[in-house]
Amino acid sequence: MPGLQVPLEHVLMMAAALFIAGLVGLMVRRNIIFILMSLEVMLNASALAFVAAGAHWGQADGQIIFMLILTVAAAEVSVGLGLVLLLQRRFKTLDMDNANRLRD
Amino acid sequence: MLDFLWLIPLLPLASAALLMVTAGSLPRPLIAACGAGSVGLAALCVLLTGLSWAHDPVPRQMELWTWMQVGTLRPTIGFYLDGLTLVMMSVITGVGFLIHLYSTEFMEEDESLSRYFAYMNLFVAAMLILVMADNLLFLYLGWEGVGLCSYLLVGFWYRDPVNGAAARKAFVVTRIGDTAMALGLLLLFTELGTLDIQQLAELAQGKWQPGDTTIVLATALLLGGAVGKSAQLPLHTWLPDAMAGPTPVSALIHAATMVTAGVYLIARNHELFLLAPPTLLAVAVLGLLTLLLAAFTALNQHDIKRILAYSTISQIGYMFLGLGVGAWSAGIFHLVTHAFFKALLFLAAGAVIHCLHHEHNIFRMGGLRTRLPVAFWSFLIGSAALAALPFTSGFYSKDQILLAAYQWPQIGPWLWAGGLLGALLTAIYSFRLVFIVFFGEAQTEPDRQPGWRMALPLSILCVASIVGGWISLPLAEALPATQSGHPAAAVEWISIAIPVIGVSLAYLIFLGRQLDLSALVNSGLGQRLHQFWYSGWRMDALYNWLWVRPYQFTARLLKDEPVDLAYNGVVHTSVALHHLLSNLQTGRMRWYASTMVGGLIVLLAVLARAG
Amino acid sequence: MMESLFYMAGFVAFTATVLSLSRTNATHALIYLIISLLAVAVMFYLMGAPFAAALEIVVYAGAIMVLFVFVIMMLNLGQAGEQRERQWLAPRIWIVPTLLALILLVEMALAITQISGTTSGVEVTPKEVGLTLFGPYLLAVEIASMLLLAGLVGAYHLGRRSIDRSRQS
Repeated sequence: MPGLQVPLEHVLMMAAALFIAGLVGLMVRRNIIFILMSLEVMLNASALAFVAAGAHWGQADGQIIFMLILTVAAAEVSVGLGLVLLLQRRFKTLDMDNANRLRD
Repeated sequence: MLDFLWLIPLLPLASAALLMVTAGSLPRPLIAACGAGSVGLAALCVLLTGLSWAHDPVPRQMELWTWMQVGTLRPTIGFYLDGLTLVMMSVITGVGFLIHLYSTEFMEEDESLSRYFAYMNLFVAAMLILVMADNLLFLYLGWEGVGLCSYLLVGFWYRDPVNGAAARKAFVVTRIGDTAMALGLLLLFTELGTLDIQQLAELAQGKWQPGDTTIVLATALLLGGAVGKSAQLPLHTWLPDAMAGPTPVSALIHAATMVTAGVYLIARNHELFLLAPPTLLAVAVLGLLTLLLAAFTALNQHDIKRILAYSTISQIGYMFLGLGVGAWSAGIFHLVTHAFFKALLFLAAGAVIHCLHHEHNIFRMGGLRTRLPVAFWSFLIGSAALAALPFTSGFYSKDQILLAAYQWPQIGPWLWAGGLLGALLTAIYSFRLVFIVFFGEAQTEPDRQPGWRMALPLSILCVASIVGGWISLPLAEALPATQSGHPAAAVEWISIAIPVIGVSLAYLIFLGRQLDLSALVNSGLGQRLHQFWYSGWRMDALYNWLWVRPYQFTARLLKDEPVDLAYNGVVHTSVALHHLLSNLQTGRMRWYASTMVGGLIVLLAVLARAG
Repeated sequence: MMESLFYMAGFVAFTATVLSLSRTNATHALIYLIISLLAVAVMFYLMGAPFAAALEIVVYAGAIMVLFVFVIMMLNLGQAGEQRERQWLAPRIWIVPTLLALILLVEMALAITQISGTTSGVEVTPKEVGLTLFGPYLLAVEIASMLLLAGLVGAYHLGRRSIDRSRQS
């Protein structure tokens, strides 16, 4: 497969834009499912940055970090979705602003 | 018996513990039997110990176990037995037993009989530890123990705030002396590395020349402790107030035993004091000043117990004088005879008070000679011994002290003259008491007569007060001999004559009325002098003005804790800030995320600037 | 040709993400998110990371997103949920987060523009990845396995409690 040569900064800007999109989602949404999705997006964006760096050096390390991020994402989603179910059963809502007992 | 030395303090201690634990739930006769019986048994043990020790009269050290070990400090729970210890033990348990026996009747109607005997037994145990200890730290334990018991017993009738105040005064004032003594112990330990009394004496003699500054300082600090406990100038003010306790307590603690602890301390450490002539001189001078001051004060009191209290201070002054002029065994001798006759006087006074509805003022007594014959004879014999009339016990001991003072180089004759003046005053005030209380017009009728448990100790003490002077104390090994040599016969005759003159004067003034001093007394100067002496040379007022007032002023000043204002300010500020900050904690995840982004922005900006 | 493909994939990824996160219907949002992930997978592939691209599709788009689908189905939000979402997404709510995000983006952009260089175009094969993974990164693999185990236990614990409660009620 012939190599693709794009400037690194473009890829990184791409990653940054995805990250910011996820961040805005995180700050705006109240529904916990969307919050988890935003987190996925942000993790994915950082993974893109790592893979781009790996591609720049032609090394495997970037992909390996991607895989670790993948692991984190998987674990996080499994626990997070468990929490979603719990939240729904206990508070009958998915509104994160209702789960504010941390204040006390 | 010598192997069971530890039994002697243990008996009263165990009884005290038992009485404290049962807290008055035992039947009253059993409480009395336990309280008095334990001391009686201890007295028996002392007697047996004395008999077996007499076979082989050498000092013995008996170490039970190591109290604690910190570096080179290794005080033991150990006893030291020599003639001096034996004498002190005999006095404590013997006189103590008689007073306990007397108490069983005197305190018969008191509701807290158990508490009383618990404290008394604890006191006897602590006092025995004090005199039997082989090292100064263990001695200090007993020293503090008797101080504690004194506090508890002075404030025994704690429902009256006056008694509580007297107890606190006794505790605080003696604490000043105790602090000095603790400093003395520390100094001795840092210098010599041990607190064992015998080792201290040896090491000190090897290390210091007589008059060395360090040893003078150390002995002066020990003297501070002795002065506090023995109510000598300038820490004597607590003893008259300590009469707030029950009369047997005054007899046992504040006359016969505890207040002589200072005398014992100096005698026990006489090797150290011999290395410090300036301190010895201070001992003598302090003793002389105290005995004169207290004698003048005693002459002007109305309260029968206060008179006896001041006479106690005065007599301990004699003991100090004796120690100061090197008449060690004479000082201890006087301690013993004083224990007899002062216990007798206090117990007789207690009998009078007991039978006269708790009347203390001598001017409301009178004519009791026929009505309370037991108390009268006891008082008469006790006063005769106190005044040192010839052939009573007090005569022999006081005479020895005065003769030793006369022979003391330099200011010896002055000390002797002062002592004689004191003896004259002693004779006057003691017989003033006898004449006013037991002769003349009857003022108050007694409502009862002392029973056998009061009469028996009184009679035994009467005998002891008379024949006490003929006992030869086994002090030759324990204490250095007094300088021998007979002074001029005139000196001896004067010593004998002075008490007789004093008694005659008292008779002329207070009973026969041949000598009318009312004009002198009622004159302006006389009134002022009377007031001055009545208040104990205004010492209380002086201390009040010098220490108590400034202290209270400072306390009032600091009551609102001005220093804490700054700290409270810090607290209030941080609380306010906390409330401010806790508003940030909304519990909303979106808010947290936004603030994190804000922080991230700032962080990135800073990093970009730095990079 | 390939460059344009790459930029197109980037454009799709970003647009799909924005659309995904602004939806009111969770299922629609999920579909958009999967599209975004697929586009990123294309970018991975084009940058010479075929293994990462495969994992992105299989694990991310395949497994994780399916989990989301299951949960959304279980919750069964329906029409009322959409209504509520619309209320929650009032326009003024967007102002501050967007502003913050834009500032952050500007800062990141300033930092990124200082980087020069291109992707090498060399393909890093799955074999290389595997060798590195089980060579120098062995410990990281172990730690990741522990993390997955913890996630498993946590998810089981949370799920079991909610199941128990639903049985009781």
